[in-house]
Amino acid sequence: MSTPPHPLRELWDDFSRNRGAVTGLVIVCGLVLLALFADVIAPHSAIEQYRDATLMPPAWQEGGNSRFLLGTDPVGRDVLSRLIHGSRLSLLIGTVAVSLSLGLGIALGLLAGFFRGITEIAIMRLMDIMLALPSLLLAVAVVAILGPGLINAMYAISIVLLPHYARLTRAAVIGEMAKDYVSASRIAGAGTLRLMFNCVLPNCAAPLIVQATLGFSAAILDAAALGFLGLGAQPPTPEWGSMLASALEFIQSAWWVVTFPGLAILISVLAFNLMGDGLRDALDPKLKQ
Amino acid sequence: MFGFLLRRAGLVVPTFLGITLLVFSLIHMIPGNAVEALSGEHGMDPARYSRLVHEFGLDQPLYVQYFDYLGKLLKGDLGFSIVTHEPVVREFLTLFPATLELSFCAMLLALIIGLPAGILAALKRNTFLDYSVMGVSLTGYSMPIFWWALLLILLFSVTLGWTPVSGRIDILFDLPPVTGFMLVDSLLSGELGAFRSALSHLILPTIALGTIPLAVIARMTRSAMLEVLREDYVRTARAKGLSRLRVIAIHALRNALIPVVTVIGLQVGTLLAGAILTETIFSWPGIGKWLVEAIHRRDYPVVQGGILLSASIIILVNLSVDVLYGVINPRIRRSS
Repeated sequence: MSTPPHPLRELWDDFSRNRGAVTGLVIVCGLVLLALFADVIAPHSAIEQYRDATLMPPAWQEGGNSRFLLGTDPVGRDVLSRLIHGSRLSLLIGTVAVSLSLGLGIALGLLAGFFRGITEIAIMRLMDIMLALPSLLLAVAVVAILGPGLINAMYAISIVLLPHYARLTRAAVIGEMAKDYVSASRIAGAGTLRLMFNCVLPNCAAPLIVQATLGFSAAILDAAALGFLGLGAQPPTPEWGSMLASALEFIQSAWWVVTFPGLAILISVLAFNLMGDGLRDALDPKLKQ
Repeated sequence: MFGFLLRRAGLVVPTFLGITLLVFSLIHMIPGNAVEALSGEHGMDPARYSRLVHEFGLDQPLYVQYFDYLGKLLKGDLGFSIVTHEPVVREFLTLFPATLELSFCAMLLALIIGLPAGILAALKRNTFLDYSVMGVSLTGYSMPIFWWALLLILLFSVTLGWTPVSGRIDILFDLPPVTGFMLVDSLLSGELGAFRSALSHLILPTIALGTIPLAVIARMTRSAMLEVLREDYVRTARAKGLSRLRVIAIHALRNALIPVVTVIGLQVGTLLAGAILTETIFSWPGIGKWLVEAIHRRDYPVVQGGILLSASIIILVNLSVDVLYGVINPRIRRSS
């Protein structure tokens, strides 16, 4: 008699059958490595200005120099090094924003799901109001209050992501609470906290994991958009969105300062989206088509 | 039907009040002094300061201030811009047609391409065509549209010189604003050149803004279509000898479109958010650019009013979609 495969093994089997998802995972791992070892990998510092080499084209173009593979920006900083260091910021923003909003969202969702009535109405109404505003508009509103900056952009994005997690958690809690095993634990004397964290939460983790992965892509995209508008990271921080903004006036003369930062944003966002889609299909058999 | 309308409208009221509360508290949450933020003046003498405190009602308890604010809202008074000293509502109304025109064109583009692409992908499921449509749509969905806009400018304006880089119309044409919609106004002026100019200014912003809705609509149409094609009544329709085209166009599509309509409604929020970026890049004189500039200039009355008005529009559109949904589908009308 054969034993059923371990759940994680099964998840990996389902996940790895999806070529796009695996590609996404590989890119994300690559990004994480880049971010961790940015100091070693990047050929130059992210902020050092080589005044004798401003706006130098990429190495393969005429006038390019193999010292600066992807060329230099208007003040002579190496574009490749700035992109590599920028991956640190994007992943940091993603991690902080997703963790903050996930933690707070789970807490609010659990509260709303366990203590129905006025608590639930108050929390869910607030979440509805936040969802009524499009994500970038809400982020812009929060930055208008807190003031521009990288840290404030992270808070703004956390607030934007928050309602999704709160709603998911609440819905999962309500669904789970109706099941017999939860009633059984309650009758056996389990307290509310134990019910919350031992019974209910592990069983509604799947949609939260998927949403958190997709949250990463939303966070990277919104942070770049805020940086681009001058409301996020401020120069000379090598954040991809603000790199684009500062290159704007050179769009006619130097295509590389505009092209590469955007490509970096697109690839990272795409990778997280591919991974999120793959995880959703693997975790939720109902969605498999 | 009337009861349904009333119930749905009732649901909107708390959301709207919540947003007024958020916008009202904005002025008290920003770091620094509310009087200076509202007047735009700094280092004023104590006499003027206390006069302004009284004028803005900041010496009243918060709840009184809030109800005053609501009262003014109901009269359509959203305060004055610190920079231009114009009423915020008037500025909004002047700029809104530009955003509306752009958003409308973007949505039109998204529908014209997105719907057929989604339907084709569903019909040719698991073929090269399907994979291409889905791949392109996932890329579009992940696209930082501010970068996409720059690439479009780089290719079509800088390299090929086909389209202008910014603005709504060539400065040579000085058109009297009749409707506020440049395409209509230029047609009314009778100058063909003006219309052509307005159209060429509109193309790139439309593509940039329409990309994400297009990707979302294509994906949604495909999955809704796949769902419907599996239904028994589709098989029955085929079995009783109806042509494939007829079954797809009449039996399947009509039902597949129901979830797509919801998604279209939700995209209005995406369009307004995207307008913030697109308008900034193309110097399109709409409310997105206005809002970003107001934040940079610390023009708080404009920030407050702009956020409130954009949010209200989104709420209203979502309400209309909800209602429309009930009109199309009687089951929803009865169950809610």
